[in-house]
Amino acid sequence: MATTTDPHRAGFRLSQLVYDTRYRSMTIQIVALVALIVAGWWLVANVVQNLSALGKDFDFGFLSSRAGYDINQTLIAYDNSMSHGRASLVGILNTLLVAFMGCVTATVLGVIAGVLRLSRNWIVAKLMAVYVEGFRNVPLLLWIVLIFAVMTESTPQPRDFRVLDDGTSAASMLLGDTIAITNRGVFIPAPVWGSGALVLGLVFLASLVAIWAYRRWAFARQERTGQIAPVFRVSLVLFLVPTILVFLFMAFLSDRQTLVAYGGADGQDLAGFAQALGPDGRVTACVVPGTTQALLVRRALRNSDANFSLVEVADGEAAIAAAEAGECNLISQPPGVDPATIPAGGFALSDGIRSGNPVEFDVPVLGGFNFEGGLQVRNSLIALWLALSLYTGAFIAEIVRGGILAISRGQSEAAFALGLRPNRTMNLVILPQALRVIIPPLISQYLNLTKNSSLAIAVGYMDVRATLGGITINQTGRELEGMLLLGGFYLGLSLLISGVLNVYNNRVKLKER
Amino acid sequence: MSDTHAQTVPYVRESMLPQAEPPVAERGVVKWIRENLVSSWLNAILTLVSLYIIWWVVSHVWGWFAGSVWNAGSLTECREILAGEEGACFAVIAERWNQLVFGFYPPELYWRPLLALALFFAAIAPVLFPERVPRAMFVVTAAMPFVNVWLIWGGSLWGPIFVALGFVAGWGAWRLAQPRLGVLAGAILSVLAALLWWGVVTGWASPDFARILPLDLQRVTSRDIGGFLLSTIIGLSAIILSLPLGILLALGRQSDLFIINKVSVAFIEVIRGIPLIVWLFTAQLLLNYFLPPGTNFDLLLRVIIMVTLFSAAYIAEVVRGGLAALPRGQYEGADSLGLSYWQSMRLIILPQALKISIPGIVNTFIGLFKDTTLVVFIGLLDPIGFSNAIRASTDWNGIYWELFVFIGVLFFIFCYSMGRYSLYLEKKLSREHR
Repeated sequence: MATTTDPHRAGFRLSQLVYDTRYRSMTIQIVALVALIVAGWWLVANVVQNLSALGKDFDFGFLSSRAGYDINQTLIAYDNSMSHGRASLVGILNTLLVAFMGCVTATVLGVIAGVLRLSRNWIVAKLMAVYVEGFRNVPLLLWIVLIFAVMTESTPQPRDFRVLDDGTSAASMLLGDTIAITNRGVFIPAPVWGSGALVLGLVFLASLVAIWAYRRWAFARQERTGQIAPVFRVSLVLFLVPTILVFLFMAFLSDRQTLVAYGGADGQDLAGFAQALGPDGRVTACVVPGTTQALLVRRALRNSDANFSLVEVADGEAAIAAAEAGECNLISQPPGVDPATIPAGGFALSDGIRSGNPVEFDVPVLGGFNFEGGLQVRNSLIALWLALSLYTGAFIAEIVRGGILAISRGQSEAAFALGLRPNRTMNLVILPQALRVIIPPLISQYLNLTKNSSLAIAVGYMDVRATLGGITINQTGRELEGMLLLGGFYLGLSLLISGVLNVYNNRVKLKER
Repeated sequence: MSDTHAQTVPYVRESMLPQAEPPVAERGVVKWIRENLVSSWLNAILTLVSLYIIWWVVSHVWGWFAGSVWNAGSLTECREILAGEEGACFAVIAERWNQLVFGFYPPELYWRPLLALALFFAAIAPVLFPERVPRAMFVVTAAMPFVNVWLIWGGSLWGPIFVALGFVAGWGAWRLAQPRLGVLAGAILSVLAALLWWGVVTGWASPDFARILPLDLQRVTSRDIGGFLLSTIIGLSAIILSLPLGILLALGRQSDLFIINKVSVAFIEVIRGIPLIVWLFTAQLLLNYFLPPGTNFDLLLRVIIMVTLFSAAYIAEVVRGGLAALPRGQYEGADSLGLSYWQSMRLIILPQALKISIPGIVNTFIGLFKDTTLVVFIGLLDPIGFSNAIRASTDWNGIYWELFVFIGVLFFIFCYSMGRYSLYLEKKLSREHR
């Protein structure tokens, strides 16, 4: 390649452009550049000609026009009157949600399977080999479609959960009647944040900071003195104890809210109030949606066998106003409020509801035709998430196994010779070296998983391809712009991740002298 | 010595004891079980859990499989035959297997894709097992792409023959011109000769040859090709076409020439950064924008082009790994012999680099073959497309396990055997490098 030639004394000849290695690389590059420009120009000219033939222009303005379609799972507020741009954002967030969930579970599965495949236990090792080979050698799409089919066709309908007259039901909820697996999705308890949630969150954050500081301190002391502090146990205590203590404290201190019944009588309880309204009467409660009070009032009403309905109002003031206007006959008030004045003619019921829990769980309950309350996780999300995790987990298992096998036996033998115990050998000798081998391919598996999440199309999960690259393109006819944006999103994401990977690789690179 | 001892120390044995067997706990099955299955509490629990899982799976699958029905016209009929017993309904496979495997390919012509497959195996044998198969088999390898196109799509054999002869013409021009006129002129002339052959001679001569000796097969359109046949065609043609492109891209990425290097890097990163499904939609929706107005061609061909470009980027990365793994001395040795860039690549670098990369290429191919299932989203009927169609039909509405087991097992056999081959190759390479 690099050859030296005698310098020419004669003047420059044209043939030197081809035969003289000093100029040839220049010639080749210029020819390549010209060819590239010509090809690019040809493509752009074709696009311009085709667009004008179709009467279209190249404009991203469609992003701010009204979307007009619904999305069945949104992480941020969205309705069909919002813009295509907002719909794309919802799709992006949905993609990131399933990718994040998938990465977490795939890592857990992969690490467990990879380690167990190296186990001396023959049966376990073979079982893991079957898992890894089975998932690696069958297309991901098949797994997604299969899991979706199982989820929709072999799970019970919501009505199967109804308890029949003989006390049995065709299907039952799991984990103490909190989780229902149905063909319309899995219903799980949804957290509702109460008034103290902010404090609880701050305490939790503070304990995370404390863990970080403690680990730093322990590491520095170990470097300085050689004394080893119990990092894991202290971290675990710091992680759990403050948050739990604050939760219990707040729950213990909270007062009972007064339930003010409009048109009731003093000393009645909720059931009595409901009976007093007669068989045709109905308890209507004014509640602020999304609060723990609303949840607790509904739970109390449900337990009291009363005929009830809920009226949603904006805040406590509006609840009082609505009660005085006769729109509802039950409101919940903070303790210490004189019920006779608010609303005029109201009476405090003898049983109140406990308030002040920083977090309450809204448990799904079987309603008329479907489950009510709780969080509905759609089958599309579950199938996509499970299939992505299981499939990528099989690949991660191989990476983990390869990483551990890549560390030569001499390393662990040397550590034992130094007198390190097995778990310290693992933590101090094997893992730091194995992680250097494991993490780069692991991150590229995360990237693969994110790209594979575009298979959401098979189950109708509304990811970015389905919103921006699907319905938006179909509605606006902007294939070129839509596909460019969609490609740009995936490309940006993967360049970002490979950038992070490069930074990591440079940091852990063996420092060679 | 032993005599004196025997006299002075009477309790020393005079003869060796026969070797005793190890204690029961330390030999045979018992030892194996003790060491492998119940060596610790954790291990024992793991064993029990695994045994439970295996028992659970086997007890469910066995009953389901043993009671399977192979002869019925619809799912309802199947259930009537089963009469409440547990059992699979593989009748759907018995009825529709030809669609899942061949699509709508005419049944009396099934021998053609099968022959093409056999030819393919004969063609890759000298590549996969170079030391066991005679080199003369490379003739089959060279002829296979053209013959297989003819076998699968039908039509006149003269079309593929003339396309192949174009390559021969280019090669002949290269051999004639290169020693006399140099590399650059030789390359230009050989490309010109090939283009001239395809542009002029083919159009003018091939109808005449077809008239003299027809060699015609019944035509089959791309729309009739489906099922595993479709997946195999897309996968194999993409991998074969993408190999040269991928090697060129890898060389470009390793090149010192700034523009060539950056263009290769950009191409590889853009292709790899975006999911295949987006590329397939691009092929379906956007390709017409980038081509001159009025151009329209086969969707299958578009998909093959797109998948080829896609896998070329992945193969480029694999080959780049092979190039980077070669010791620097190989490059320097080639330079010191005075070989030109292409000579050193052809004679020294690529033979070694490609050999190291074959396992990676096979793994890329496994991934690619699995990814061919994505063509279902742009309306081609691959096995999953047919399974959707079958599940939507009135006869088989509600069936899924049987179909997916069938498709999954076929894919598994294909991919697993290729994975085994790649492992075998890795072991062989590591033995050779020792």
